Amino acid sequence: MPAPSDDVLIERKKLKVGVETVSNQQSTDFPGHWPGESHEWDLNHFKNNMRIEFNHEHANKLDLTFSLIGIDTSLANALRRILISEVPTLAIEDVFIYQNTSIIQDEVLAHRLGLVPLRGNRDALRWLRWYQKDEEVPDHEPKSDENCVRLSLNIECRWKEGGLEKTKQGVTDPDELYENHNVYARDFSFEPWERQTEKFGDDGVRSSHPDILVAKMRPGQHIELLMHAFKGIGQDHAKFSPVATATYRLLPTIDILKPIVGADAKKFARCFPKGVIRLDKVTSEDASAHEECAGKEGDAKAVVDNPSLDTVSRECLRHPEFVDKVKLGRMRDHFIFRIESTGQWDSDELFLESIRLLKVKAARIKRGLRRIDALVQ
Amino acid sequence: MSGYAPQTSQTADASAIDIHSRAVAYTCGDCDSDVQLKRGEPIRCRNCGHRVLYKKRTNRMVQFEAR
Repeated sequence: MPAPSDDVLIERKKLKVGVETVSNQQSTDFPGHWPGESHEWDLNHFKNNMRIEFNHEHANKLDLTFSLIGIDTSLANALRRILISEVPTLAIEDVFIYQNTSIIQDEVLAHRLGLVPLRGNRDALRWLRWYQKDEEVPDHEPKSDENCVRLSLNIECRWKEGGLEKTKQGVTDPDELYENHNVYARDFSFEPWERQTEKFGDDGVRSSHPDILVAKMRPGQHIELLMHAFKGIGQDHAKFSPVATATYRLLPTIDILKPIVGADAKKFARCFPKGVIRLDKVTSEDASAHEECAGKEGDAKAVVDNPSLDTVSRECLRHPEFVDKVKLGRMRDHFIFRIESTGQWDSDELFLESIRLLKVKAARIKRGLRRIDALVQ
Repeated sequence: MSGYAPQTSQTADASAIDIHSRAVAYTCGDCDSDVQLKRGEPIRCRNCGHRVLYKKRTNRMVQFEAR
């Protein structure tokens, strides 16, 4: 049986997006689906076909977009899930409240503190070890400089100089009247102990977003507390998740089957987000090749420019004049990955870490299988 | 014989002195000023004479899980 041509292979990888339906969603590149074709998983085939492309237009350390091409959904999804729930980060876990006379309740304040994203010297963060909270566990280790980061918050709201007089004059703006009436994440102070002083150096643990509002106060109110931050994973609590979100979407495809020219072309371009459809001039070759273009040389003609910007709204399929001229779809093995970090790690570091964790998991399964093998023999 | 047993005069004196010497801080319900009260004193703000006083929160530590 002849090997399928490249066009056929690409057509197989395309999800078809209809007016109200999506078809051809299932991947078919597995053994036994296509008669006479192997499709057995092969490392060399994977190595040759798998590609990562970076979109340099939106270069941002904490919000990275790139394309993961030639990879199965199961792998892309595994990486996404590991990013969200298994890459470890540091977050506040224990809060010791000595004084809190603000209107926000102790437990609510503690919960808010836990959700504040932290950052600090990355080598020192890598050096940190897990803290096992359950003291019954056999390998429980006490809190030490290697597994516990201490932070403190001690802040009191006061009247500003002349604030009382200003209230009498009718001023109500809290910024003019009080000091420290807004408690921000930047008010935390890092309390390094033992080796942490040297490990963290100038890059101590602090919030990666200093403007997070934690509480509001009025004169005479006071918050005094200590915090213990540990390393944890998102599976345990969302505060340990290193990403605001990690998502992917499939690359949209737009195939213009018959030329769309003139006023229609402009209307067609408006059916898509900016930058997806470009308007070119009808050339003399087009005019002779297609009956739609005949005698319209120099008119506008719709050409697909950058399909990755499309949101696949299917707006163009609502217009009867375009229904037969365009085919929408998505590439099943082209993932446009987006990783938004909360600030503790850069997005690229997170992606590499997710791959490392996936490898660790695979190695664990391999070890387990080997043990079963040994038992059977 | 069980029941009420009067304390010896010596210890009673000691505790009485102890209690009388310890002032407790309150906040006035009207003028928000600090009021130090000892046992037996009239419940009244020294500053404005208001009779409603609020007890302050202790400095005792409370532990919470940030969850």
